[in-house]
Amino acid sequence: MDTKHISDQVDLKFFKEHQEKLYQALEDKHTTVEMMDQDDPLNTKMVLNMGPQHPATHGVLRLILQLNGELIEKVKVDVGYLHRGVEKIAENKTYQEFMPYTDRMDYLSPYANNVALCTAVEKIANVEVPERAHYIRMIGCELSRISSHLIWLGTMIMDAGAVSYFIWAFREREKVLDIFDQLTGHRFTVSHARIGGVANDITDTAMAMIKDFADKFPRELKDWHKTLDRNRIFFDRNRGVGVLETEDALESGATGPTLRGSGYAYDVRTFEPYARYDEVEFEVPTRLEGDNLARYYVRMEEMHESIRIIRQCLDKLPKGPVRADNAKQAYPSKDEVYYSMEGMIHDFMMTDTGICPPDGAEAYHAVEAAKGELGYYIQSDGSGHPWRLKINSPSFKNIQILEQILDGEMVADTVVIIGGVDPVMGECDK
Amino acid sequence: MDLELSETHQTVVDGLSEEFSDAFIEVYQSSGDTFIRVESGAIVDICRYLKNEQHFIYLSDIFGIDRFTSRERFEVVYNLISLRAREHLFIKVRLPEENPVIESVTGVWKSANWMEREVYDMFGIEFTNHPDFRRIFMPEDFDYFPLRKEFPLLGIPGSIDLPSTTPDPE
Repeated sequence: MDTKHISDQVDLKFFKEHQEKLYQALEDKHTTVEMMDQDDPLNTKMVLNMGPQHPATHGVLRLILQLNGELIEKVKVDVGYLHRGVEKIAENKTYQEFMPYTDRMDYLSPYANNVALCTAVEKIANVEVPERAHYIRMIGCELSRISSHLIWLGTMIMDAGAVSYFIWAFREREKVLDIFDQLTGHRFTVSHARIGGVANDITDTAMAMIKDFADKFPRELKDWHKTLDRNRIFFDRNRGVGVLETEDALESGATGPTLRGSGYAYDVRTFEPYARYDEVEFEVPTRLEGDNLARYYVRMEEMHESIRIIRQCLDKLPKGPVRADNAKQAYPSKDEVYYSMEGMIHDFMMTDTGICPPDGAEAYHAVEAAKGELGYYIQSDGSGHPWRLKINSPSFKNIQILEQILDGEMVADTVVIIGGVDPVMGECDK
Repeated sequence: MDLELSETHQTVVDGLSEEFSDAFIEVYQSSGDTFIRVESGAIVDICRYLKNEQHFIYLSDIFGIDRFTSRERFEVVYNLISLRAREHLFIKVRLPEENPVIESVTGVWKSANWMEREVYDMFGIEFTNHPDFRRIFMPEDFDYFPLRKEFPLLGIPGSIDLPSTTPDPE
């Protein structure tokens, strides 16, 4: 596009040189602007390419927006920039070997991903998980939900204009990561769940840290509610923005907080309780509006409920082993491996061949991860590798609705809406 | 194998074998999940029937499976959820290796759009009457279907033009 041409047309009244430079810079950058039709002298219509390297798209999400002035006429979403083919990799790994890859799927709540894979394998191979391991998994899953929602809170509100929240949310998230460090040995990619249980028991330090966090975190949440719930700017940026109507929500395949913000109380934790979610009390927060504000309330309340679940788990935490005591199904404990011959052989066999579900068996098991229903479908051919492993990832389904809810919104709200839907590209692109 | 169908699944099986007696092939269970196999030609009608009459209103996922057999090589699985009955139901269709084509269910659920694109991208199964039929993860100029069993794990060298890793001489 001829930049002189456009600057002649818009009749620059002030900072002439500055604006001409700006147009030139725009042309030189990756943003492509092209004439839509000839009888549009002010260039109000254009095609804007946003991403894949854009800080507000939370990863490598690419949007092609057709604009009319500041209004988005239609959107196409381009995904796949982080496609690593994990389903193909899974077919060439043993089940336990594949588990660390799930950390890299939804990298904001890795614990829930590990649990999702392990529960699916346990379902297909009939592995009995000890009671204590269930509770440790629940604590880990809820902590990961909090840490994921904290990222959402920080980045979404930063997209809406308040930068200090990013720092406050990350300060709290840091505490969750410290707990994971104590609990699992890793801060981020935890890889803590094992088929048949978890890797190690909760240490006393980790226990004290979780208790401390469960005591102090609700106070932070309360403070955040105080600053946001009556905040005029925050309301204006979020209310009525990115509305997903209740009638459309199921039809378009939304899941997780996005679906619950549109009025459906669909939560796998209550729909088909796994682990021991049927033994703890919690609410499924729901809103009817379906806009960004509704999603905000849903996620904030979910964090409250997570703390409630963690407290109940700590109270109920039974004594006992943390992994199935069956060498054909789960790794033996390290004590056995180091001090007995059989233990070492079993450890080797688990690493080499792994657990072998019956030939032809199929199973689907879903958990409620932070972003929504995360399901693993596994089909076995009787060997230690899955014949087919399909990941039903919530972000993929939630990004799909972006194509729908972004139409008719303002350009400035794009980033807020993406932030409100809270996708993770690692999971979407697989 | 004896089936232990829940009440909902029993109604579905009865309804399907009555309304679609030609298309209904078999029902089986594995690890507690119920799978119903039907003829590929009737998939849209069956999905519409399940959605409108049996309350399986939520489409959770669509995915493909490469069975790597000489007959009916590909499988497409529809994962449906009934919120009212709190049940999952898996509908399966099998497709031949040569020219696997099936009608799209985007008319029944809008959310099938990307899911079917993913199946096409990974297995090369074509969906007719799809509003926006393109690859989804891989670029359009990629000629292979990576989740087919014959596709090597390490990929095919030179199948995608990658940008040069050496810096420009200027």
